[in-house]
Amino acid sequence: MTTSTTKTLTATTSTTQKVNQTAKRLDRIAKNVIFGVSLVSISIILLILVFTFKEAKDVFFDAHVREEVLPTLIGTNWQPVSDSPKYGIIPLLIGTIKTTLIAMVLAVPIGVLSGLYSVMFAPKWTKEVLKPAVELVAGLPSVVIGFFALVVLSGWLQALTGSPFRLNALVGGVAISLTAIPIIFTIAEEALSAVPQSMKEASYALGATEWETAFYVVLPAAYPGIFAGVLLGLGRAFGETLIVLMATGNAAISSWSLLDSTRTLTATIGAEMAEVVFGDPHYNVLFLIGTFLFLFSMILNLIAEFYVKAKLLKKFRGG
Amino acid sequence: MTKKKLLGYFFTGITAFAAFIIVLAFLVILFDALKGGASRLSWEFLTAAPRKGMTEGGIFPAIYGTVLLVLIMTIVGIPFGTITAIYLSEYSNERSGVARWIRFAVSNLAGVPSIVFGLFGLGFFVQFLGSGIDAVVSPDEPVWGKPSLLWAAMTLAVLTLPVVIVSVDEALRNVPREYREASLALGATKWQTVWNVVLPNATGGILTGAILAVSRGAGEVAPLLFTGAAFFLPKLPNSLDDQFMQLGYHLYVLATQSVDVEATLPIQYATTLVLLALTFTLNLTAIIVRFQFRRKLVRA
Repeated sequence: MTTSTTKTLTATTSTTQKVNQTAKRLDRIAKNVIFGVSLVSISIILLILVFTFKEAKDVFFDAHVREEVLPTLIGTNWQPVSDSPKYGIIPLLIGTIKTTLIAMVLAVPIGVLSGLYSVMFAPKWTKEVLKPAVELVAGLPSVVIGFFALVVLSGWLQALTGSPFRLNALVGGVAISLTAIPIIFTIAEEALSAVPQSMKEASYALGATEWETAFYVVLPAAYPGIFAGVLLGLGRAFGETLIVLMATGNAAISSWSLLDSTRTLTATIGAEMAEVVFGDPHYNVLFLIGTFLFLFSMILNLIAEFYVKAKLLKKFRGG
Repeated sequence: MTKKKLLGYFFTGITAFAAFIIVLAFLVILFDALKGGASRLSWEFLTAAPRKGMTEGGIFPAIYGTVLLVLIMTIVGIPFGTITAIYLSEYSNERSGVARWIRFAVSNLAGVPSIVFGLFGLGFFVQFLGSGIDAVVSPDEPVWGKPSLLWAAMTLAVLTLPVVIVSVDEALRNVPREYREASLALGATKWQTVWNVVLPNATGGILTGAILAVSRGAGEVAPLLFTGAAFFLPKLPNSLDDQFMQLGYHLYVLATQSVDVEATLPIQYATTLVLLALTFTLNLTAIIVRFQFRRKLVRA
């Protein structure tokens, strides 16, 4: 009797030990797999840079391509498909700057002010309409916004401005602002609601009204966060492709007029990559533009991430 | 005093006006799509293939292609995103270098223009991976070294990775710490705790992440321009190395490159409507799931 109990006990203990060991081994394996997969996720950002630049590097390192591309790269003529092709990116840069600027001139005030409205003034029910509405705007596929700009908005704006071109930088810019607004709103709103209650109370205690507190206390206090939102909105606006492809007329001309047809860096890649010969100088230049877009978005992110975060922390911790 | 009050109305007014513009813009786009497309929408439109140079028939192949594309994207992207989020929330030390680098990489990835993902898909998946596989498997003719359903879906998976990581990470963080402590105190290992306690309590968040990723992926066109989308295919894709039709791409080509843009306008509107219905349903579902999920956790 006693021996059998002891036997059973020993057996149980060893089984438990075995189970424990398996669990521990599984635990170790899980930890390593999870870590490995995470590394794959972050290495993607490097892979993007490496493989975009890999297809662009011939512009600098291949004697033949270099000779064909570099002399005309900083020029005002973008004529990649001709007997003596020219790869001047200045008209494309101007196009990108124009549409992005128009978009930001609209998106920054609308995004920030509506964020302020949501945090400071909005009754509960409007907040419950506004926030899902913003999320749905953020969820609008850019091809749908582009389609709307092409078919409807361009007509309205042409009637308003009397522009000879139906599709121009203004139409593109106004449409792009719709993609930047949700980003700016969301981040501005977050920054504005993070302003400590005590700051608002101090302002009220000094006799300030609600709107004075909103504009003179809360808005300045949230400035670094808002700035970060604006930078991310900017990144979204200049990287937008489908809208400009559909609504700006796609003419690569060096004109600063908002009512001229225009073409951006992104639209050039989108429109020409499908027809280009692999390994051609033209192909290399399109990838070079892509590399530039990647690096620019990365710089915007860096500033938003580090500079702004440091500033924000300092402000609220009073350090 | 009255002047100050007037100023107050003015400033409050302009913030309300800004908010109103957002809602208005949304409604205008929605009603325009409904006005232009509702009459063209029919069962046939959803289930038939295009006919007569796209001027008649339906958009079934584009719907089919979109669904297939997003499905493959989800199968590839969700596990990667979820596991990365698990690492960030459960395993990494918040102050450690690795976690900060991953976070930095994720926020960067979210900011990369979508057309650059298209270039990446072409340069990495098609040219490098695809041609690499071809060199081994079938040196004679390209099978994988050309734009295809698989590579387009992989490109979209990379593009939506940040969406998944961010929302799963948030969901995991919302699981109360006491749950984990209770499990560990009972002798469970870290992995057992994550698998049996943390993940089941974060399913809502993982679902939200997946839905948002699908919604984003279904609407993206720029990354597909040169990774596999085709304007017209006589038959449906039935293999991973086939090209495919896609709703957004279909709309883009119809609106900008068809011979008679006016004649296809109703079809363009109806396609817009289908695309909007798809993304809105997904987004609204995500909003509702997240709302329910948060309420459940608050109650618990």
